[in-house]
Amino acid sequence: MVIRTEGLSYSFGSQQVVKSLSLQVPQGSIYGFLGPNGAGKTTTIKMLLNLLKTGEGSIFVFDKELQTNRIAILKEIGSLIEQPAIYAHMSGRENLLNRAMLLGVNDARVDEMLALVKLSNAAHKKTGQYSLGMKQRLGIALALLSDPKLLILDEPTNGLDPNGIIEIRELLVRLTREHDKTVFISSHLLAEIERMATHVGIINHGEMLFQGSIDDLQAISQPLVYIETDNTVDAANLLTRNGYEVADVNNDSLTVPFTSKKQMGVINGLLNQNGVTVFAINKQQKDLENLFLSITKSN
Amino acid sequence: MKGFLLSFRSEFYKSRKTIGFWGAVLLPLLISLLALAIFYFKSEKFIAMPALALWIQFALVSLGVMGTLLLPVFIIFIGYSVNSVEHRADTWKTLFSLPISRWSVYGAKFAYAVFLVFLCLDLFVLFTISFGNLLSVIKPELKFNTYHLEWELTQIYFKLFLSSLGVLSIQFLMSLLWSDFMKPMGIGLVLTIVGITAASKDWEYAYLMPYAHPMEALQSMFRGQKGPARDIVINVFTKDIYVSVAVAVVVFIAGYFIVQRRSVK
Repeated sequence: MVIRTEGLSYSFGSQQVVKSLSLQVPQGSIYGFLGPNGAGKTTTIKMLLNLLKTGEGSIFVFDKELQTNRIAILKEIGSLIEQPAIYAHMSGRENLLNRAMLLGVNDARVDEMLALVKLSNAAHKKTGQYSLGMKQRLGIALALLSDPKLLILDEPTNGLDPNGIIEIRELLVRLTREHDKTVFISSHLLAEIERMATHVGIINHGEMLFQGSIDDLQAISQPLVYIETDNTVDAANLLTRNGYEVADVNNDSLTVPFTSKKQMGVINGLLNQNGVTVFAINKQQKDLENLFLSITKSN
Repeated sequence: MKGFLLSFRSEFYKSRKTIGFWGAVLLPLLISLLALAIFYFKSEKFIAMPALALWIQFALVSLGVMGTLLLPVFIIFIGYSVNSVEHRADTWKTLFSLPISRWSVYGAKFAYAVFLVFLCLDLFVLFTISFGNLLSVIKPELKFNTYHLEWELTQIYFKLFLSSLGVLSIQFLMSLLWSDFMKPMGIGLVLTIVGITAASKDWEYAYLMPYAHPMEALQSMFRGQKGPARDIVINVFTKDIYVSVAVAVVVFIAGYFIVQRRSVK
């Protein structure tokens, strides 16, 4: 395990924000740390970086206890917490050079990182003039600068456009597959985590609701087939008669549990053949709220 | 130690394009240029003076403003500027998640603030001496070249530097803990005014107040004379200086324990 916590808890005053968390992050994984805003994700991440004094419990990173091996552990971690911390009066390149100096990293690596996050053209521009997406990319470059074994990223795709999100996702997948890095990434978007994570931890109100591989999660988070028709009631009756379980019906749409793409085609054909006009039919992921409901039910 | 040196270098790198750093260079330059201009255009007022008195009058243009209000205000500003870089960029969390000890990060920042004050006062010495000698070239009737004040002036500014350390440590800590400028600035100014009042009234316990030290230091060297100062008595290590250095050491160490225990936002 790259990260292992035992009974990790934290309180701000009388409010307990992290409750007895036991994280298990295996090596080479992309661990998606999922939870709505205010669930305790950032607090947990700050504890992993020794920025907050651990209330209770213990943290092991690379099998070493964090408090007593702080510097040795931090050497192997690159992090991006909340919005990227960037000096606005300096250019992107200067921000990286400054960090390179502190980390004892070769200057050539700075230009490599700029190219990696596609900021070479804006390298000499003051970061105060960067867009949110550019700042986020620079933040990722800063986190990657020391070529760390473990990357801890707090909502790294915030503010990125769809292309940027795809690029980051591909980069993280490449880092874990080809360079044997481990990525711990937090998000409040289930879909985003599902697309890249190999392991998932779901946290709400400071408590871990689920932890396991992405396959385990998919077993719980069953996707749905979403269908819009001219007559949803008739469509629902027709599907029920044909052995489908209709999860939900309203005036505009109905949903059926997803099993395969082929099944979607069959449903479409069936509806059309029986005179129901299908306006739309697609696969839909459960959102985080519904997933919480399923998890709580399944527990 | 390596972490400390790297952090110190990084402090310079971050500040070299900010008013915090350039203030320490421009302040002595501008004030010394002002003194140069006064002596150049009003040279007739000073021609009759013996060389020592001439140098003293020349140096006092800078020392006068610095020793009273400007040095404390400058220190308040420096204490703020080295910390505000991090407050504004929200970079405390990155600084303290670097593989560098907290002690080095904190120590380097404090050392850099001390360095800026030292640099500023050092440049005052340099510019005063250079411009004095320049005056004896461009205005030969001003006999600056017949006396050497380098050593005395170095001692005076060194004393001023030591006297500023207590204030600097307090201002530094306040600026580290509070991100907004108004608290350290407001508290610093009120204490400065109290300090100046106490020092100028020769209150017997003024030597215990860090904010009175710069003025105390200056007064101790140019006191007891009616009319323009013509002579100096230099005694660098007086009890107010010991108090100033002691306050700096205590506040610096206390600050470290506060940083160590505090969670980083």
